[in-house]
Amino acid sequence: MSLNIDVNGKIYEAFDGETILTVLNRNGIRVPTLCNMKNFIPTGACRICVVEVEGNSKLVSSCSFPVFNNMKIKTHSPRVVEARKTIVELLLSNHPDDCLFCVRNSNCELQSLAKEYHVVERRIHGVKNNHKIDFSSLSIVRDPDKCILCGRCVRVCEETMGVSCIEFTNRGSKSIIGTTMGKGLNTSSCVNCGQCIMVCPTGALSERNQTSLVQEALNHPEKMVVVQYAPSITVSIAEEFGMKPGKDITGTLNAALRKMGFRFVFDTTFGADLTIIEEASELIDRITKAGKLPMFTSCCPAWVKYAEEFAPDFLVNLSSCKSPQQMTGAIIKTYFADKIKQKPEDIISVSIMPCTAKKFEAQRDTMGRNGVNDVDIVISTRELIELINLNGIDMNNIQPEITDSPMGVRSSAGKIFGATGGVMEAALRTAYKILTGTELTNFKISALRGFAGRKEAKIQINDLEVGVAVVSGLANAAKLIEEIRNGRKDIHFVEVMTCPGGCIAGGGQRIGASEAIIDARMQSLYKIDEKETLKASHKNPEIVELYANFLGEPLQRKSHELLHTKFCKRDVLL
Amino acid sequence: MKATIDSILIGYENSGRDALIPLLQEIQENEGFLSEEAIVKTGNKLKIPTSKIYGVATFYNQFRFEPVGKYHVQVCRGTACHVLGSATVLQELETCLKVKAGQTTRDGLFSIEVVACIGACGLAPVICINGEFYANVTAVSIKNIIDTYRSKDANYETEVKNIS
Repeated sequence: MSLNIDVNGKIYEAFDGETILTVLNRNGIRVPTLCNMKNFIPTGACRICVVEVEGNSKLVSSCSFPVFNNMKIKTHSPRVVEARKTIVELLLSNHPDDCLFCVRNSNCELQSLAKEYHVVERRIHGVKNNHKIDFSSLSIVRDPDKCILCGRCVRVCEETMGVSCIEFTNRGSKSIIGTTMGKGLNTSSCVNCGQCIMVCPTGALSERNQTSLVQEALNHPEKMVVVQYAPSITVSIAEEFGMKPGKDITGTLNAALRKMGFRFVFDTTFGADLTIIEEASELIDRITKAGKLPMFTSCCPAWVKYAEEFAPDFLVNLSSCKSPQQMTGAIIKTYFADKIKQKPEDIISVSIMPCTAKKFEAQRDTMGRNGVNDVDIVISTRELIELINLNGIDMNNIQPEITDSPMGVRSSAGKIFGATGGVMEAALRTAYKILTGTELTNFKISALRGFAGRKEAKIQINDLEVGVAVVSGLANAAKLIEEIRNGRKDIHFVEVMTCPGGCIAGGGQRIGASEAIIDARMQSLYKIDEKETLKASHKNPEIVELYANFLGEPLQRKSHELLHTKFCKRDVLL
Repeated sequence: MKATIDSILIGYENSGRDALIPLLQEIQENEGFLSEEAIVKTGNKLKIPTSKIYGVATFYNQFRFEPVGKYHVQVCRGTACHVLGSATVLQELETCLKVKAGQTTRDGLFSIEVVACIGACGLAPVICINGEFYANVTAVSIKNIIDTYRSKDANYETEVKNIS
């Protein structure tokens, strides 16, 4: 039902059941929010979005207050502005005054609010918090002193991920977001996805920054430093340097990385192609030899950890393939090291990922051999941007360069790994070829594209109807697992990505990217797939060469040793 | 005999999350505190993440996460006691024992608990150690009281040693 509401003296159309905030945002009136999250049920906890509603003696929170016909609202009256300013001042009263030393300096919602409401003097003096910084996790650093208790991390962890490793603990002025028994994140059920960092308005949550390690490595006199970057990286940083969001800047990035001092620049998309060969072969193996089905992908380290904690009964369903990062790392430290006659221990292998969980993955037990890690240092997109700026590289004025060989040529199938559904599409292209001997004519599977949390499709390969499902957001994975536990049998292959939308919206990406920007990244990946001719992993000439010269056959001794891993149940506080 | 965590949980078959607080209370009554084990088992039973349980339990003053000491000191922070200076008593006690309210000393001798009102406002400020009440406590007398318990314990220990 259509309603009319009066906002600041002007009439706007609204619909029954909407909140005031929805109507305001639609009509270009911006009201600040802190605890509010798009697509989540509002809590109205932080009160920063208050507005004046005529007939209501108290200010109401616009994020949670439903509209009614002929209501009169003032969004920026002196009373409202004063109230909002007081809230900001109260939030600042116990906040550490160290903006200049903060990881979120100039990209902090609290800082912007303080500026917006012209907070220039300290009117309210609170007792400063004095909590310990939690450095225990390999991926995420938690500084509770900077927390403003908006609860967004708690909600994303519970509602999107179904993990719930953090929660409000204690009460009143002693309230703090904490884990069970107040222990470190490393012993909690945290899967390191980093989505809490993405929603944190302040610097209370951040990635474990390893830029200094990279700088140190680059300046090491004896070590050779090589780098690989994930498929989604090249489409995720353009807007940071004033280019069009989603623009693919592979060439520029290659040049920038070389300028920084990396000796060889590889594309993890090559590893993605390798993953596809192994994974598709494994899928066919399981289907033809009556192995455990459905098979789940294992390229997302946060999902792997989730399965180890919450669904250990499904570990046999997980593909034993390593992720593209680890496969590329393994090839760098073996095949490539041999080729350039370097000792593996003299190579420092850096990877740039849109992800915080990859930092954890690189340190897992089985990810290396003879005491040498496949991947030594993992940095996120944010740290990459830091390094580009630190090294004074002008991304708008450098000549694009090509990726190094081997591990430079990639198919567009590997490239779409960056978006939810991409792994599935890529795997099906290769599985189809292996099973039928012919190429899939219609490469695009529209049902598996887009941002939906769960997508399903049925693909006819010979006389077999393969049921596939794609989920993103671990809460969606949990639902699917429950269905399978309850006897669902029509699914053969499941792709799981922890972050909603896939790696393009990963926990290591730029903070504050809007939905439109993330969509632009996805479109950009699909455009690459549309444009390029090398559309299937098994046709990648360097992959073919790698198998011919080094690995032998997929799933055989050498490839099994280098490209596969194992998982085991994890005992954590669930 | 005291009930174990497992035997308590049997009584909560098919219970939902609304059973959380009574369940935690029952465990604390029997165990004296909420251990990590208790929280994990409760979570498994009621299908609630342990972080949520810890969140609820830390919200209320009544739950503790360390076993009580040999001498459990309850400090009343009710209105009458507050007016007569119980805040200073608590502060002094915490400095003296080097632990905060809700914690237990390392030797396991003393634990501190803050209670809302003991119901002995006439004796304010009042504390209660293992059921024994101490009236009109001051920052000075609290030290003496603690010392008495300390020496009592030391004497007891030597006696036990002498006998054996």
